[in-house]
Amino acid sequence: MSNRIDQRFASLRARGRKGLIPFVTAGDPLPQATAAVMHALVEAGADVIELGVPYSDPVADGPTIQHASERAIARGVGLEAILAEVRAFRSRDLDTPVVLMGYLNPIEIRGYARFAREAVAAGVDGVLVVDVPVEEADTLGPLVEAGLRQIFLVAPTTTDARLAAIRARARGFVYYVSFAGITGADRLDLPAVRARVEHIRAGGDVPVAVGFGVRDAASAVAVVEVADAVVIGSALVARLAGCDDAQAAMSAARGFLAPIRAALDAMHS
Amino acid sequence: MSDVGKTESISVSDFHAWPDSHGRFADFGGVYMPETLMPPLEELTRAYLELRGDPAFIAEFEHDLRHYVGRPSPIYHAERLSRKIGGAQILLKREDLNHTGAHKINNTIGQALVARRMGKRRIIAETGAGQHGVATATVCARFGLDCIVYMGAVDIERQKINVYRMKLLGAEVVPVTSGSKTLKDALNEAMRDWVTNVHDTFYIIGTVAGPHPYPMMVRDFNAVVGREARAQMLEQYGRLPDVLTACVGGGSNAIGLFHAFLNDREVAIVGAEAAGDGIDTGRHAASLAAGRKGVLHGNRTYVICDDHGQITETHSISAGLDYPGVGPEHAFLKDSGRARYEGVTDEEALAAFHELARTEGILAALESSHAVAQAMKLARGMAKDRLILCNLSGRGDKDVHTIAAREGIAL
Repeated sequence: MSNRIDQRFASLRARGRKGLIPFVTAGDPLPQATAAVMHALVEAGADVIELGVPYSDPVADGPTIQHASERAIARGVGLEAILAEVRAFRSRDLDTPVVLMGYLNPIEIRGYARFAREAVAAGVDGVLVVDVPVEEADTLGPLVEAGLRQIFLVAPTTTDARLAAIRARARGFVYYVSFAGITGADRLDLPAVRARVEHIRAGGDVPVAVGFGVRDAASAVAVVEVADAVVIGSALVARLAGCDDAQAAMSAARGFLAPIRAALDAMHS
Repeated sequence: MSDVGKTESISVSDFHAWPDSHGRFADFGGVYMPETLMPPLEELTRAYLELRGDPAFIAEFEHDLRHYVGRPSPIYHAERLSRKIGGAQILLKREDLNHTGAHKINNTIGQALVARRMGKRRIIAETGAGQHGVATATVCARFGLDCIVYMGAVDIERQKINVYRMKLLGAEVVPVTSGSKTLKDALNEAMRDWVTNVHDTFYIIGTVAGPHPYPMMVRDFNAVVGREARAQMLEQYGRLPDVLTACVGGGSNAIGLFHAFLNDREVAIVGAEAAGDGIDTGRHAASLAAGRKGVLHGNRTYVICDDHGQITETHSISAGLDYPGVGPEHAFLKDSGRARYEGVTDEEALAAFHELARTEGILAALESSHAVAQAMKLARGMAKDRLILCNLSGRGDKDVHTIAAREGIAL
């Protein structure tokens, strides 16, 4: 089944370009500005958009994304509102892949078959459910059958046996967590990341995106040298947090991402 | 069909055969955790499965239960209370007489011994009322391990004495200000610490929740309660009790009592959950009686959440029952029909607290007072020759301030 994520990584590879994947928390800073911010990110050079689904108990997230989630939840943002924003985004953008990233309980409560149908209809391309490791991957079976890509995390602690099990199921891309810790922490160890990513890529074809601790053009360039793409979350979420209208949020999103895009593109010139 | 348990398509022939090798209790349990923590969980599972069959480890554990905790704890016939009610006889399993005043120490000794065998010297824990925090700080002092306890800022305010007790025992208490600032958020923060310090840190979870192997391991360490009680019943009364009851927050004292009796189908099992202001008010912590199937803190179980899947704030006068989930084995016992779970309100628990204090000279923890209230309710409808075994899981000294404040008394 053709999927925008696969098409996008194929196209990046064909052009010899590195992928840029911004993460924003859906519904923050403003519930109705999410689609507008997504468009702004695409204009500034995003290749894939990761849309965070706010959750009350985000055990893998640091304070920046925790607080963004709390603000969005306080405004009543849930899967229904998020899928409406994805639909709105898709009405003007048929190409940029959208990955929902979050935790399992909101999907469990909505119902797997129902969520799968609704997400595909809205134009979602993949899901990264942080608390679904490969052991529990079948939980998301109905989503995969509906055509969504199940994105797996690989961590510094992942053993080779686990990596093999993850590779056997991985489609779209795998997300390498650059350090053992929570999102937004300042713990990037570049030589270690490079060595791990080379090891992961050596074993298969699935593209590798690196996230956690990437905050600016310099760190993005450094990690992406050996990877296919880089994910930037907390630093962008922090930048958007203060914006009080959609225009301000769009301009902050563009202002944050454009220099990083330029730096990634300059790697090849 | 008799009382043989059934969950959807699975009929249960041996309740002691669970969980399966994936940590599942039929539909419940499992390992819903971020990838970074999966290898340490695998390592812990391997280590624990080896240790649980190691006679030297078992001897070490039993030695400390006897000489440090003071086990076995007695079964006491609450004769005056039973006579006053005029129904079944209420027997109390006196876990309140353990060192540190609750059943929690059974588990923390077990896990500290596992940590020591695994060479991990930095211990983290979460706590709500502070009982598990105190029990963890205690064993860390006993074994010379570093101890960091995460506690919600709201709970720190509610349980100042336990906070100070932990500090006296050499632990560092870290206030948690995210979310609702209570037990579930302390658990989240402990997970974040673990994911960050996974190389040298052992996480002592205080209840039968969390990802596999915790629900199994914490149950095994507390199962001494039911094993002892079963033997004591046969010795003192020549028979098993008719009903068991215990309070259920996460459910560690309850599963501790219930487990040895699960295959004794003639023994009825009733868990008492915190109904707070009443289940119909929405201000309660009764995950089994009023929650829905969901995933929280690494396992599938019954949770209290809204239609968006957001975990919602719970309420109970007892901080130790104030948790929006429940151990997956309890979810399994409920769905299989082997146990039933009923709500006990704050008012009912307080009334039971006073009744027990006045008739038997025992100050029960507010958590355990829920079980006493449940036992009193059950006793009223039963004949005088029937026996109810109630787990008195902890002593009430820690709650004296809460009770005084509730009754408008300044100490």
